[in-house]
Amino acid sequence: MRRIISVLMENEPGALSRVVGLFSQRGYNIESLTVAPTEDETLSRLTLVTIGDDHKIEQITKNLNKLIDVVKLVDLTEGSHIERELLLVKVRANGAQRDEVKRSVDIFRGQIVDVTSSMYTIQVAGTGEKLDAFLQALGEHTIMEVVRSGVSGIARGEKVLNV
Amino acid sequence: MAILLNRKIEETQVELLSGGDMLVRALQDQGVDLIFGYPGGSALHIYDAIFRQQSIKHILVRHEQGATHAADGYARSTGKVGVVLVTSGPGATNAITGIATAYMDSIPMVVISGQVPRDKIGEDAFQETDMVGCSRPIVKHSFLVKNAEEIPATVKKAFFIASTGRPGPVVIDIPKDVTNPAERFPYRYPEKLRMRSYTPAGKGHSGQIRKAVAMLLSARRPVIYAGGGVVQGDGATLLTELAKRLNYPVTNTLMGLGAFPGSNKRFLGMLGMHGTFEANTAMHHADVILAVGARFDDRVTNTPGKFCPGAKIIHIDVDPASISKTIVADVPIVGTVQAVLAEMLETIKSSDEQPDHSAIVDWWRQIDDWRERHGLYTAPRYRTNGALIMPQDVIRAVYDITEGDAFVTSDVGQHQMFAAQYYLFDKPRRWINSGGLGTMGFGLPAALGVKIAHPDKEVVCVTGEGSIQMCIQELSTSTQYHLPVKILCLNNQALGMVKQWQEMQYEGRLSNSVYEESLPDFVKLAEAYGHTGVKIERREDLHGKLQEAFAIKDRTVFIDVYVDPSEHVYPMQVMPSGSMRDMWLSKTERT
Ligand SMILES: Cc1ncc(C[n+]2csc(CCOP(=O)(O)OP(=O)(O)O)c2C)c(N)n1
Ligand SMILES: [Mg+2]
Repeated sequence: MRRIISVLMENEPGALSRVVGLFSQRGYNIESLTVAPTEDETLSRLTLVTIGDDHKIEQITKNLNKLIDVVKLVDLTEGSHIERELLLVKVRANGAQRDEVKRSVDIFRGQIVDVTSSMYTIQVAGTGEKLDAFLQALGEHTIMEVVRSGVSGIARGEKVLNV
Repeated sequence: MAILLNRKIEETQVELLSGGDMLVRALQDQGVDLIFGYPGGSALHIYDAIFRQQSIKHILVRHEQGATHAADGYARSTGKVGVVLVTSGPGATNAITGIATAYMDSIPMVVISGQVPRDKIGEDAFQETDMVGCSRPIVKHSFLVKNAEEIPATVKKAFFIASTGRPGPVVIDIPKDVTNPAERFPYRYPEKLRMRSYTPAGKGHSGQIRKAVAMLLSARRPVIYAGGGVVQGDGATLLTELAKRLNYPVTNTLMGLGAFPGSNKRFLGMLGMHGTFEANTAMHHADVILAVGARFDDRVTNTPGKFCPGAKIIHIDVDPASISKTIVADVPIVGTVQAVLAEMLETIKSSDEQPDHSAIVDWWRQIDDWRERHGLYTAPRYRTNGALIMPQDVIRAVYDITEGDAFVTSDVGQHQMFAAQYYLFDKPRRWINSGGLGTMGFGLPAALGVKIAHPDKEVVCVTGEGSIQMCIQELSTSTQYHLPVKILCLNNQALGMVKQWQEMQYEGRLSNSVYEESLPDFVKLAEAYGHTGVKIERREDLHGKLQEAFAIKDRTVFIDVYVDPSEHVYPMQVMPSGSMRDMWLSKTERT
């Protein structure tokens, strides 16, 4: 099962390497990983997407919690949550293609954030699935470069992850 | 005005110290009186600070691996944190094996390593290694100290982390310029620690404990399976009380020997790969297993899918990640062994329920029958009529001579298993071995660490002629600090445990497990270091010569005993894919 685990950890050098090291050391999967400081500059928030059965996920969360730098964590997939990923993509767009591409961007509620005479740079945010679908929709146009941010997530409703 | 004045006074009272002096002072304030180490460039400011004080004694080892093992032996035998000081680069990497050894067995240790100056980090400077990176997977935590002002709090945190929860090694890496004697900073040792991200487990969940007690009292075929956590967590007295009150059988892991008295009739012996027939068989047939401070290691469970098919499992551990890692617990209890066992005992005492007396009597009858048939003593597992000295007899003789009261360290191999099987440990912290990592070379330096902590006690290092050569240089440390220990070498002229596997699983192809004629004369070697050497080759000499050797109290004695080189360790669980009860009982007998 795919899980999104959100971690608050001390914003210390080396903290991220402990998390990454744990995953490789114990043979856990990382699908994606994002990390940035929070509004409290002593803390970073890390979101990681991993795959495993319940037993594996339990071990992952227990071992993450065991890291001294980890302050708190939550498995977002246990409750309803919002999941977003940012996609930046450069597409070749000439002549009639330009309108077609623009239409796809509108349908997926993306934005064209940079233009040249032969290229669009497009930004789309959404779930991983939506981004996959958008890339598929671009299918026949030539994709020059794709950048995805990895998943960020937050719980729905009143639930918050803070210290 | 008055407030201002007060603050002024306070400020002037704060001492100004260099980073090096701060480190030493912080260690003193932490109560450290002993460091094992080895100097070098990046650590020289610190070494100078050590020179200029009296209260901390520094033991100069002969190899940084020796420092970590000595500190480890000191820690295991006392329960205190072992402290190590090494220089950067090769000093730090030499310490890695010892740090990993401590990590696998959850031993409290603080390792301070020198590092190249801050402005050189990352430049491949002379003797630079990324110690925090190198040690990351084998430490409980690590620190790279960026400013001298951080030193006191870092030391305090390091000791707190190393010694609480599930203990383990902590590395403090200190760049040389941070310890510069020319720069001084105000020194304050923090009285309190605030660590929002680290709260070690305390008492267990009372509801879970009640559930566990009910399950335990309803058992018809219970086994208490106790591991190193009971030794490290000082839970042996409580565990013993619990087992005696319930009259339940107890087995210990290799790491747990001494957690329950080895000579007590309720003790089934060690379990696992080279565990006793009765311990492994009882586990297999148990209906309730109380696991305390044990981690269902693969050397215990054999094939997890075949592990104890009829058993409900209660698992007490201070580390939640140890629970249900390989074997799922029916009643998990996270907490310190002491707190949980104490509460369990109280709950049992105040409970109306009693163990099912007749079921327990039947269970004991069954266990006694197993013991009668294939126990280590009732049915000798080895030849007793040959011309050669049997390694088991050597351990039994030493057990008798030392009246079962020695501290015994060991290396890794057949000799380790014979010691674990035949030396009965009645007290915790007496059996000191590298169970988790299985580090050859551990025994001698560990023995020195134990001897420093217990100068009036007999300390015996049971070793093999293979293992002893991995840290033999520490014979010199023994000389320098006058640390008289006994080195009992079960010399089978081979990497015996490797050879046993090759004989059992590779049709006897002894690939690189024998040394031909290259073994040193250990008697002369010992003498070269200023010690006494004794060689025992004939069966009829064994007791007399051992007695003579053990009568020597004021110097290190290397006792080189030539034992039957063809002997194997039994029982041995059948692998792969055997259950706990599938064992070889001898070269030809299988369960
Ligand atoms: C550092 C290290 N290297 C290799 C091994 C693998 N190993 C396990 S037991 C053993 C043989 C040990 O020989 P010896 O010390 O003579 O003990 P014996 O088994 O003969 O009693 C070896 C090589 C190990 N445990 N540790
Ligand atoms: Mg040998």
